[in-house]
Amino acid sequence: MPAVGQNVLRKEGRGKVTGAAKYVDDLSFPGMLYGSTIRSTIPCGRIRSTRPEFDPSEWVVAGVPDIPGKNVIALIEDDQPCLADGRVRHVAEPILLLAHADREALAGAKVAVDYEPETPVYDPAASPRVFKEILIEKGDLGKGFSRAARVVEGEYRTGHQEQLYIECNGVIAVPENGGITVYGSLQCPYYVHKALVVLLGLPPERVRVVQTETGGGFGGKEEYPSMLAGHASILALKAGRPVKMVYDRVEDMLATTKRHPSIVRHRTGVASDGRIVAMDIDVLMDGGAYLTLSPVVLSRGVLHATGPYRCDDVRVHGRVVMTNTPPNGAFRGFGAPQTLFAAEVHMERISEALEMDPVRLRELNLFRPGDTTATGQVLGADCSAAEVLREAVARTGFDARRQALSGTNAGIGLSLFFHGSGFTGGGEVRLASRASLALTPTGARILVGSTEIGQGTRTIHAQIVADALGIPYENVEVSDADTACVPDSGPTVASRTCMVVGKILQNCALEMKARLGSLSPARYLELHGPLVVTREYEKPAELEWSDETYRGDAYGAYGWGCNVAEVERDPDTFEIRPVRLTAVCEIGKAIHPTLAAGQIEGGTAQGIGYAILEEVVFRDGAMANAQMTNYVVPTTLDTPPIDVVILESAYPHGPHGAKGIGEMPIDGPAPAIVNAIRHMGVDLRQIPATPERVMEASCVSP
Amino acid sequence: MKRLLDVLREDCALTGTKEGCGEGECGACTVLIDGQAVNSCLVPFAQVAGSSVTTIEGLTGAEALQSAFIREGGAQCGICTPGMILAAVALPKDADLQDIRRGLAGNICRCTGYEGIYRSLRAAAIPARAAD
Ligand code: FES
Ligand code: FES
Repeated sequence: MPAVGQNVLRKEGRGKVTGAAKYVDDLSFPGMLYGSTIRSTIPCGRIRSTRPEFDPSEWVVAGVPDIPGKNVIALIEDDQPCLADGRVRHVAEPILLLAHADREALAGAKVAVDYEPETPVYDPAASPRVFKEILIEKGDLGKGFSRAARVVEGEYRTGHQEQLYIECNGVIAVPENGGITVYGSLQCPYYVHKALVVLLGLPPERVRVVQTETGGGFGGKEEYPSMLAGHASILALKAGRPVKMVYDRVEDMLATTKRHPSIVRHRTGVASDGRIVAMDIDVLMDGGAYLTLSPVVLSRGVLHATGPYRCDDVRVHGRVVMTNTPPNGAFRGFGAPQTLFAAEVHMERISEALEMDPVRLRELNLFRPGDTTATGQVLGADCSAAEVLREAVARTGFDARRQALSGTNAGIGLSLFFHGSGFTGGGEVRLASRASLALTPTGARILVGSTEIGQGTRTIHAQIVADALGIPYENVEVSDADTACVPDSGPTVASRTCMVVGKILQNCALEMKARLGSLSPARYLELHGPLVVTREYEKPAELEWSDETYRGDAYGAYGWGCNVAEVERDPDTFEIRPVRLTAVCEIGKAIHPTLAAGQIEGGTAQGIGYAILEEVVFRDGAMANAQMTNYVVPTTLDTPPIDVVILESAYPHGPHGAKGIGEMPIDGPAPAIVNAIRHMGVDLRQIPATPERVMEASCVSP
Repeated sequence: MKRLLDVLREDCALTGTKEGCGEGECGACTVLIDGQAVNSCLVPFAQVAGSSVTTIEGLTGAEALQSAFIREGGAQCGICTPGMILAAVALPKDADLQDIRRGLAGNICRCTGYEGIYRSLRAAAIPARAAD
């Protein structure tokens, strides 16, 4: 029986339910010290001096001079130092590192830092530095607007969001074999590897990165672990002993990355029949103090900014800028939840302006197979915007429900969205990811750098390989993500682990099957010795993309989604309570239906938090509510029943037709919920929809 | 004084009990003290003198629930799972879905949206009326 499409037993399950799974803080090494970080308390300025308020002779203290290589976190532009070199650009910027055998002594250690403060920038609109600017142009905007009967304008805002994986960031660095081995909670072992080679000035073979069981990532363990691994390694090399650094919740929230806040402006020309004839969109994102991944976040943001709607005359202009706050970074959705929020709330406002049914307006404008996106990509037969909308409307009895709730303290709203799977066309080519398959006496062992962070990577990869080899799923093993033994399969991000890495593995397995011919694995090994097949990403021939002009096939495939949210408003407290959320997602193929549903349910819940609960409050450049007590994520009581429907429309180049799934579910809830609030006559255009904002908007709304 | 959580993890090397926040908000550190689900990060060690403390490593009789957590998507990254399972075991036997929601409200799961957790409880018929 084929494994794909079945709910086979997860490869990575057992240890998690018995407590046997080892997360980084569960590990200990002989002679291990604990490390900590002295951080900037001001948002911007020069460091005049640092003075430890303890006897440094009993401590390991490391600063910039202790960095053996280059003082940067190598990523895109190498602009972020590992330790502040003379000046700081955000609160919580690392300045000095300490290590000690006694964790309590460490917690009490103080270092006086004398600063010469400078004036910080917090308002992205007033930023002096643009990290990245992108322009997408299609058709002739002026001509488009000349055909418009109505022009609808609006500005939409989204705030920071904290990933809040329940396991905080943590690593252990162990000096060994003339180099360093890092064990850590992380998504991308090879990102850390690359950064450490530069920072420590070591040859690549002297740096080894091993992923430990990881208690959630959601993007929050994409780039930040490179920083933390750098700190622990500097201390470990100086001390000549293993050093463990595990953040507590406050430090994790203060210092690590969050979702980029955004301000998006739409100006849309609409013909009298409701067809959209011109779209002019401006996207501004707050990158924080260093560039880190911001250009790529902006890229995904602008590439999704039109929403899933066809229009011949489009301009999307995006900028991500510097502010003196901790760098913002990867978080599930990666720029798309921001711009799709704006697109879908704006769509609702267009329907209000035209007094047109919101479903009808969307039906009229949504992408259909053969339509072209803003970058000129022609959508394939698997484009499912119409199908997901139809299914969601039918399943929820949307029209009748909308009428029934009219004029009450409850509302229903929807959002239609899409999400590109994998890196942009150019990105996957540059990554040139590799995956390997090793023959074992009974089957095969998978060797990939992709990490299991809860989503079931090992299971779905093993399913794909088992079916391609024609062997039982149980006979496929999966190696740990350890750079000493697995190839660089690219980062575990961007909904690419199944569609892109899974496809490479499928190719490995097909090649292995051909090599085996009629021989059993055991017989082959006997006759020919070990067999390892390694394949690289192969770009589908028809995909064309230009980073210079931003024209072409932005993504190999898109997933399609529609959310319907029903909410109630407390008439006294103005609290918004989601009553139910329906999530219809078209994902090509659900390799493991339970795991796929889990991605949709979990992403949807995070999207509900983004919509109504999760507010990062900044005061003087620092997160003021860096605790779980006052940064609230959805509990069982805040999370409504989530009704998941999975549709499948195969992507020809995905394994078994699969597209990406991890990120898309978080795109839909915020606009669906705000549109449900708008259904109550409340003109809200910003998230999170806190009681204060809902009250304010309720009072000014008619 | 040391927290019960630290004594379990460091002195007893029972690392199945997790720390997510250290302030009683996430429930990752849930253990059973005389059968009651408690956040061990909030309990000074001396307070459990004479009590029976059950961690995930010592939990017996919940195999069906534990397997259901794997099969039904109750555990994704797994960091909340030991605490979640102990909290679920401590639910009243006649709990309905609303009781379950209330009973698990102190256990945050960032991965599952809780649906997989309810499915796991239902599949294991723990508590008996989880099916409604
Ligand atoms: S660690 Fe005890 S409640 Fe979070
Ligand atoms: S499974 Fe990851 S937090 Fe619950």
